[in-house]
Amino acid sequence: MKKIMNRVDDFLSESLAGFATAHSDVVTLHSDPVFVRRKRLTQGKVALISGGGSGHEPLHAGFVGYGMLDAACPGQVFTSPTPDQMLAAAQATDTGAGVLFIVKNYSGDVMNFEMAAEMCDARNTMVLVKDDVAVENSSHTTGRRGVAGTVIVEKVVGSLAETGADLAQCKAFGDRVAKRTGSMGVAFTSCIVPAAGTTTFRLGDDEMEVGVGIHGEPGRRRAKLASADAISSELLESIVDDLEPAKDTELLVLVNGLGGTPLGELYLLFNSARLWLERKGLHVARSLIGNVTTSLEMAGASLTLCLLDDEIRRHWDTPVRTPALRWGA
Amino acid sequence: MNGKVVMDCIDAAYASIKQHADEIMVLDQTIGDGDHVFNLIRGLEALRGIRGDLESLDFASALKLAASKVLSTVGGSSGPLFSSLLLGMSRASDHLNGDPRGYAQMYAAGVKAVQDRGKTGKGSKTMMDVLIPVAERLIELADGEPPVALILAELPREAARGVLATRDMLATKGRASFLGERSLGHIDPGARSSEIMITAVCERIGKFLSVRSNAP
Repeated sequence: MKKIMNRVDDFLSESLAGFATAHSDVVTLHSDPVFVRRKRLTQGKVALISGGGSGHEPLHAGFVGYGMLDAACPGQVFTSPTPDQMLAAAQATDTGAGVLFIVKNYSGDVMNFEMAAEMCDARNTMVLVKDDVAVENSSHTTGRRGVAGTVIVEKVVGSLAETGADLAQCKAFGDRVAKRTGSMGVAFTSCIVPAAGTTTFRLGDDEMEVGVGIHGEPGRRRAKLASADAISSELLESIVDDLEPAKDTELLVLVNGLGGTPLGELYLLFNSARLWLERKGLHVARSLIGNVTTSLEMAGASLTLCLLDDEIRRHWDTPVRTPALRWGA
Repeated sequence: MNGKVVMDCIDAAYASIKQHADEIMVLDQTIGDGDHVFNLIRGLEALRGIRGDLESLDFASALKLAASKVLSTVGGSSGPLFSSLLLGMSRASDHLNGDPRGYAQMYAAGVKAVQDRGKTGKGSKTMMDVLIPVAERLIELADGEPPVALILAELPREAARGVLATRDMLATKGRASFLGERSLGHIDPGARSSEIMITAVCERIGKFLSVRSNAP
């Protein structure tokens, strides 16, 4: 294992300390229990709180700030945070309009957020994001994983919340956007969890894992390495099959790097995806290319499509000022 | 039974989990994401860190404090689930009088709390495939009023049977569920770690009782 670190036990706290100092214009770090919150709150605005295991940086703390989240609760690497973190974050950011928890669909995350929701004094509700279409059998009661599409939900619901929308409106919008968003990824190499020190899975030099999860969970199938066009067409076909967009639907396309893939390759993948989508009569109206939901040092990428409508597009375009996403503000 | 016994059982579970850590990690990396054993160790170490508090309490209060500590330090699925087990047992431990049936009911109440939290029963390739059969066997055995030593010897065997049963199950809950049919042929790491802790705790209680029965 080659990682920039001192002691494995200090990995998370030292990384968070650096993050908070680097972005002290926007966020404040609280410890014991750990959460990152916006420096300045807006009174009477619904508080948006997310969280999840660490190792997906910049998700979620990188999206705390004006136009997105009010607080984020980082757990240990790849491990859901605990209810006391969520309760403290809720208490610190609720300004009377209630709390909306945005949760990626994993058993641990859901259970911890549910327990926090039960114990939370503030009015609260939850949006569950399960955008990963790689899970073939949707009858799985745990359902799909929540992956990079979460960033889109956090951005647009964050924008709606800034307009003064109430908790029910934010929840309904979040559910609607989540339903219109689908993702799928491919891995070229495994990640290494710091505490484990070894690769989570093994891939041959000429192999890739199609449908990989953001924790290195095996995906749909192991395949021989293929061209960018073949990869984008397999991922997009799965997503489009699932979302079933009408012809001429405008799309937001997110090309997300999993941590170990250069930006040049992500742009190439975007180009390939755009050509495929145009051939299917789908229009790429907005795009975001970068490492927004990573899996430590995993090489690979995921594609996310969000079916836009006027309301979603408008809220995507509004100003945002967070450590990892910043425009117009 | 008091906080001292709770702490002894925690120590026994910790020693056994540490001893089997590599095995659990490999099982978890095969069908999950590899974090399970670290979460268990973090939780058990946190409990050992409040040894003084736990040992000074009565049985029910020690279980309750342990539940709250686990909830705030473990995270993942293990945190809420093991916390629910301890809290469920704590809530059902009011009327213990040494009758094994009381302990059996208490354990079953803890397992029921885990089941409610995880919304999962038997057959989904999870720790429930160990916890539920062990609870059922314990109730059945306690009703027959055999020597306690016999009960304590049988429970680890029931747990081991539960672990083996997960090998041929399709995961439908937890991270392993994302694997679909690729989860077939592998035993579940959560089931295995539960078996390891149940076995360690049964051995510890067995020693505790034999020391006590030999006492003048």
